[in-house]
Amino acid sequence: MKRYILKRLLLAVPVLFGITLITFFIIHLTPGGFTAVNMQMDIRTSPDSIERMRHLYGLDKPVISQYIDWFGRTITFNFGESFIDHRPVLHKVAERLPATLLLNILSLALVFFFGVILGVISAVKRNTAVDKIITVFTFIGYSIPTFWLALILMLFVSVKAGLLPVSGMVSIDFDYMTLPQKIGDLLSHLVLPLIVTSIGGLAYISRFVKSGMVEALSQQYVRAAYAKGLSRKTVLYRSALKNSLLPVITLLGMSVPGLIGGSFIFETIFAWPGMGRLAYESALSFDYPVIMGVVTMGAVLTLLGNLAADIAYAAVDPRIRYK
Amino acid sequence: MNKMMKAGLAVVILIVIAAVFAPVIAPQDYRKQDVSNRLMPPSKAHVMGTDELGRDVFSRLVRGTRVSITVGVLAVLISAVIGVLLGIIAGYFGGVIDNIIMRGVDIFLTVPTLFLILMLIVFLGPSVFNIVIIIGLTSWTDIARIVRAEVLYIKKLPYAEAAAVLGFKKRRIMFGHILPNAFAPVLVYITFGVSGAILAESGLSFLGLGVQPPEPSWGNILTSGKDYIDTAWWLVLYPGLSIFAAVFSFNLLGEGLRDYLNPKLDREG
Repeated sequence: MKRYILKRLLLAVPVLFGITLITFFIIHLTPGGFTAVNMQMDIRTSPDSIERMRHLYGLDKPVISQYIDWFGRTITFNFGESFIDHRPVLHKVAERLPATLLLNILSLALVFFFGVILGVISAVKRNTAVDKIITVFTFIGYSIPTFWLALILMLFVSVKAGLLPVSGMVSIDFDYMTLPQKIGDLLSHLVLPLIVTSIGGLAYISRFVKSGMVEALSQQYVRAAYAKGLSRKTVLYRSALKNSLLPVITLLGMSVPGLIGGSFIFETIFAWPGMGRLAYESALSFDYPVIMGVVTMGAVLTLLGNLAADIAYAAVDPRIRYK
Repeated sequence: MNKMMKAGLAVVILIVIAAVFAPVIAPQDYRKQDVSNRLMPPSKAHVMGTDELGRDVFSRLVRGTRVSITVGVLAVLISAVIGVLLGIIAGYFGGVIDNIIMRGVDIFLTVPTLFLILMLIVFLGPSVFNIVIIIGLTSWTDIARIVRAEVLYIKKLPYAEAAAVLGFKKRRIMFGHILPNAFAPVLVYITFGVSGAILAESGLSFLGLGVQPPEPSWGNILTSGKDYIDTAWWLVLYPGLSIFAAVFSFNLLGEGLRDYLNPKLDREG
């Protein structure tokens, strides 16, 4: 097991390196990128001060050595400071991280829990009305544009019915609340974003679990378990479900980048103070150090998610470890 | 053909017809403003109401079909070409080449794709052309992996080995013998890819990073809908339904195709 983890960690190194390479070169080589903004300052700017600017940001050095400089700083999580408010990028990302993690971890838990339940029901009641309803639901779930769903929910639940807050993460008077009130306030703000984040993944996971279950139910070991006289419940949950859950672990790991990156659209709609919205805001204001920080951090989080999934998989399935 | 595929195909054909014959189908000029009739609810004159400048929403949606379908199809074609090429090269040659390509795939799978798209759009500027290129360049990894898995399997089949023994050129074996037999899963992923690209485009346009007004797209009509969400529900409902219908029918078609071509799709990895 130790060797397996070590191997996965070593494999992550070139990927991490590649991520920094892509991030850096997109920003530095695209027209409109880092260099261009500093070049097109005010028309009255003297050539002298442009030169000073270029020197300040190291733009007078060759691109390769600029990359090496940036990479050296990045691996120590020093992304420099924001162009806009001159605060360290790491602080800006760190203060957005809790909101992103809270939403995504809760959403993953919901997706996993309900996805497995729906998938199992669908597989066990295959070709019945229940299965068909679940199938239609899952189909709608992954075809519905989430930003539209967000708008519709906001319109009916928050604006018309006034049941839940429209947007944001906490109310204005959050600081003056007691602890139970604070939790309630946070939860009420979480409901709509959670529904919107989870619906696509829910559809995906439940379909996946269903096909895994259907396959598992036709396997020899399931028949053997029945032959042994085990009850239907035991066979379903002990034998079939356990095996069909294996690939779901990988799927959960792979859904991390979608959760982090995909969130910028409805983080913007719901005014949710997460990393996605930070990326969107900093991209629009050409705040390069922040963009580079957010993308790199997002990728590192994804890498960690995948790593955790791989290790979890190896822990429950010994075949993987000895490959 | 199964039921799903027929239903999906029927709607897809309808959408394509709407895109091609947009000017004939639209009852009015999609650009014609009529401020005295702004934000009118659906009526006989305007079946889906009018927007904040008094333009006919139905005509704008029909016109928007063109943009969405063009972006969807072209972006997927770009990603299919890249994915098929890299997948077939990785699968056929194996070894170091395979390793390099697959690490590249890992990298693209790790960077949140939407961040990448967001970054590129902002730097290159939002336009239909840029969106097509950017979505195409960032969504080839799935196809590359599928094709590679197919090729790994096919190249061990007797006919592919026979072709190699007969001394055919590698290029001929790859593109003449292996590729046509790996085409079924590519077709399925292309179909799913179109719905993914349509979703991406409409999401970006909704945020003002995609198709720019006055050119209408399903996403940017929804942007103005958001501002009038209290008063003009038709500006929110119909563009969203259009996106949903298109994505849903392409998914249905993909799902139907997957079942239809099933025996070829059991090998993933």
